[in-house]
This record gives sequence, C-alpha cells and structure tokens, in this order.
Amino acid sequence: MSDSLQIRLVGWRVRLPRPRIDRARRRALVSFALLLLIWELGSTSASWLGTPLPVLGRIPSPTAVGTVWLHLLGQADYWGSWYQSCLRVLLGFTAALLVGVPFGLWLATNRLAHGICFPVFEMLRPIPPLAWVPAAIIFWPTQELSIASVIFLGAFYTIVTNVLGGARAIDARLIQSAQSLGASRWTVFRRIVFPAVLPSIFVGMEVGIGITWEVVVAAEMISGGGSGGASGGLGFFIWNSYVGGSYPQIIVGMLSIGIAGYLSSSAIRWAAPRVMRWR
Amino acid sequence: MGQSRGALSFVDVTKTYRPGDEHVRAVEHCSFDVPPGEIFMIAGPSGCGKTTLLNAVAGFQGIDAGTIRLDGQILCGPDRQALPGPDRVVVFQEGALFPWKTILENVAFGPIVQNRLSRRDALEKARALMADAGLGGHEHDYPATVSSGVQRRAEIVRALMNDPTVLLLDEPYRALDRITKSLMHESLLEIHARSGVTILFITHDLEEAVFLGHRVAVMTARPGRHKQTIVIDLPHPRDYSIVTTPRFRELLQEVSDAVREEAVRAFAQGDAEGGLAVVR
Repeated sequence: MSDSLQIRLVGWRVRLPRPRIDRARRRALVSFALLLLIWELGSTSASWLGTPLPVLGRIPSPTAVGTVWLHLLGQADYWGSWYQSCLRVLLGFTAALLVGVPFGLWLATNRLAHGICFPVFEMLRPIPPLAWVPAAIIFWPTQELSIASVIFLGAFYTIVTNVLGGARAIDARLIQSAQSLGASRWTVFRRIVFPAVLPSIFVGMEVGIGITWEVVVAAEMISGGGSGGASGGLGFFIWNSYVGGSYPQIIVGMLSIGIAGYLSSSAIRWAAPRVMRWR
Repeated sequence: MGQSRGALSFVDVTKTYRPGDEHVRAVEHCSFDVPPGEIFMIAGPSGCGKTTLLNAVAGFQGIDAGTIRLDGQILCGPDRQALPGPDRVVVFQEGALFPWKTILENVAFGPIVQNRLSRRDALEKARALMADAGLGGHEHDYPATVSSGVQRRAEIVRALMNDPTVLLLDEPYRALDRITKSLMHESLLEIHARSGVTILFITHDLEEAVFLGHRVAVMTARPGRHKQTIVIDLPHPRDYSIVTTPRFRELLQEVSDAVREEAVRAFAQGDAEGGLAVVR
C-alpha cells in the first residue's frame, strides 16, 4: 500500500493525504462504533422487532443514556460524586503506596521481618477488600475512614506483592558490583535496590489503582457513601439511581467509573517512562 | 610498570559447598602466587573453583581453610571473610552496569559513594578516564543503548576509577564476538600498561589466556587445585599479530594440553556439565 490514497482521474492522479489516525486508533474507533450500534439496535429491539431481545432489550439505549448524561454534565451533584470518589481513591491509594513500598522493601531485604510478617500477610491477602467493609464500618469512627481503609487494602496487597517480586528478581551482580565499588548497605538500598524495584512498583500501581476503583464503588454502595447526595461518590450515585428507578443514570455511573479508571491508569502509564528514563 | 601493589598469595585454600545434604568440594589445598602488577590468568575445566577463588578475594564468600594474603596482609581465612571493597573491584561476565545510570554516572559511582571525591571531581575524573579508553561521546548514554563492547570497557573504567590494588575479571568478554573480543583485549592491555594494576582474570578461552597473560595458572578438575603456572614469555606491548607466531602457538599448545587433561578427568568423573552452574 502506498501512504496516500490515490484516485485515478482521466490520465492523471490526485493524491489525497491519508487521515492522520494510526491503525490501532482506527480499530479502536471501529470497535466502539460497533458496540454502540449493537447496543442501540438491541435496546430498541422492542420497536423494530416487535419483541424485546433478551438482556439487551432491557438495557437503556445509548441515545437515552447520552441524553441523561448530557443533562447530568450540568449538575453539581454528578461532579460532586466524581470528586468524592476520586478523592477517596487518591487518599487510599497514596496511603497504600506510602506504606506498601517501604513494607515490601523491608520484607524483601530483612529475612527476620519476612519470616515473621509474610505468613500473616499471605493469609490476609486472599480476603477480598469488600469482605472487610462491615468490619471496617465497625472499627473506624467515621464512614470516610472505613471507606478509605478498604480502598487502602485494595491497592496495598498488589503493591507489596509486586515490590517483593521485583526485589527478588534483582540481579545479584548489581548488588555485588555496588559493594565492590565501596557502597554501604544504605547506599546499596537507596541506589541499587530501589531503582531496580521501581519498574515493579509501577506495575503494582497500575494494577492497584484498577482494584481501587472496583473497591471504592462497592464500598460506597454498601456503606451508603456517607450522608448521601454528592458526598456518596459514584458508587452511591449508581445505587441511588437504581433505587430511584433511573436506569439510564445507572449506565452513566458505570461508564463514569470506567472512564475514571482508564484515566488513572493512563496517568500512571504516562508517568512511568518519565520517571524511569533509562528504559 | 613495576608497581609493587597487588601481590596475592593463596595458601592451602579449601572451600566446600553444602547445597542440601550434598558436600561439593569446590577447591582443595589450592596454593599459588600472583605477582604484583601482572595480568594473571586462571584457566581450568568447568567447576574447578575459579570463581570460588575470585569470590573469596572479592569478599562475596568465605573459605573453609587456608589463607589468602594481599600484599602480605591476611585478606581471608577460615574464620575471617574479606569485606567487599574498592581496592579489589570485580568486573563480571555479563553487564553489571547500573541500568538506571548513564555511563558517566556509572563510571563515577565508586568515588562518590565512598565519599572519596566530590561529585564534581568524580565526574571530571570519569570523563578523563572515559576519553582515555575511547569512550568519549558515550557519557550520557544509558547502558542499554550502547554496544556490549562499550559496556565492557565502561565497566573496566568504572573499576579503575577507584585505583584498585587488584582488578578481578570474571570472564568479562565471554559473550562477545571474536572481533569485538580482540579489540577488548588490546584495549585491556593498553589500560594495563597505563595503570600497572594487578589483574586476576578468569577465562575459558585459552587463546585469550595466552594473549593477555603474563602467567596462566591451570586448575585441576574438581576439587580444584593449582596444577601449574605457565609463564607467558611473549614480549610486551603485544598486538594481535602475535597470535600467528610460533612461540604463541607453542604456549597455547602447552596451556591447552594442561587444561584438556583436566577436562578429560572432569568428564570421566561425570562433572562435565549439570549441577555445576553454582560452583563454577
């Protein structure tokens, strides 16, 4: 294929510039368009088929969802829900990062600490963060702290596991070289172990932030998300829409979370090569 | 160069590994001397304990019996493991440059972390040494972006930054192609002529051993003992044309015969491959 579209006219050629969208993007656009088309046709099947298709026929159509969404974009409560959920994710996630990275490095470099803490860690790890919700509500004095602690757990295990794995995979020769060049224990830790683990930290962050979004929504649904209204977050927004019977609004809430999750992991993917310039 | 630092003496060195219930005697009653300022090659079949000796000098491992002295001072014995330090820098077989530092930062690493030089002075010295070694222009490259030949040279310059007493090279050129290898050899001889540092060099490549070495020590099959040291009486400075001379061929033959004899013994013991990766 040539890199421009060519149209044959009588005896001579006109070269039209190719649209500047690469192949991957074009395919993504096509897949989204197809999804919307199938969805639209499916949810309006009652009118053109005479009978609603199973499942699809019960979902509000993209046009209905879009209309509701457009309306919501002007509502302070909708943006308030975004803000609340983002804030919770940010707090819980940052806390998980600040505790998880040092904790993981400590377990990786201290045999005694590993021996004592790891079995307990491994036993608590399979407990889904959501199973902690009722207990968290009892343990913590405020609703906000309960939600934050559950979000923290969601990202914490992933980050620690990745840090541990990354530290275990460090090439021993790098550490020996550093020692041979006169580096102290602390220098080896700061200048060799930490940068060597950094790629794993970023993997843990990317996976962890996704889990965080799963957790925040469920925690908000279960706990009633504080005092309701905008302070409930996107999870409560969905639940509230369900209770209030506004089905298109449920879909808006779901898609909002999808977008939020995508944006947050994109931010981490964007930052990674800028922090790790050598890769 | 007549440098009087870097005399190593191995006396009755013994080391046993105990992976699980097995006892693997890697080195047993191994004794030999490394004269200061020379390039001293150690060759021998796989699993003869070459790396064990080097690790003991570097301070990565202890020994069970015997002593190793550096310039008369006891470096390690059965109850005393040497600490790793910049007077005995190791250069490994595969790249051990820090991937997150530029070549310049890698080279300057030693004196900075030892607080021996200020960052500025260290970087300046690193630039000068790099230029000497033909690495000018690579200062701000990351290791992953340069050829393996550049990586190897950078690693040796990084070691030399510390004015070491002994340079410990563990098959540093193993993964290189023949042509790059020969260039590295000439570059190493040049560096040695300039610095006069004692070099302990482990290799499987016997031509490399004869081309670079003032002496080649041959180790026996496991448990590793010192079999003989062959003096390489080829003139210095050497260049690659020497490999076609009759004397070079003779010496290569002598070294090959000695190593081959041991390799055959190792093979008969069933030690040729398998299970030796740890104890090389």
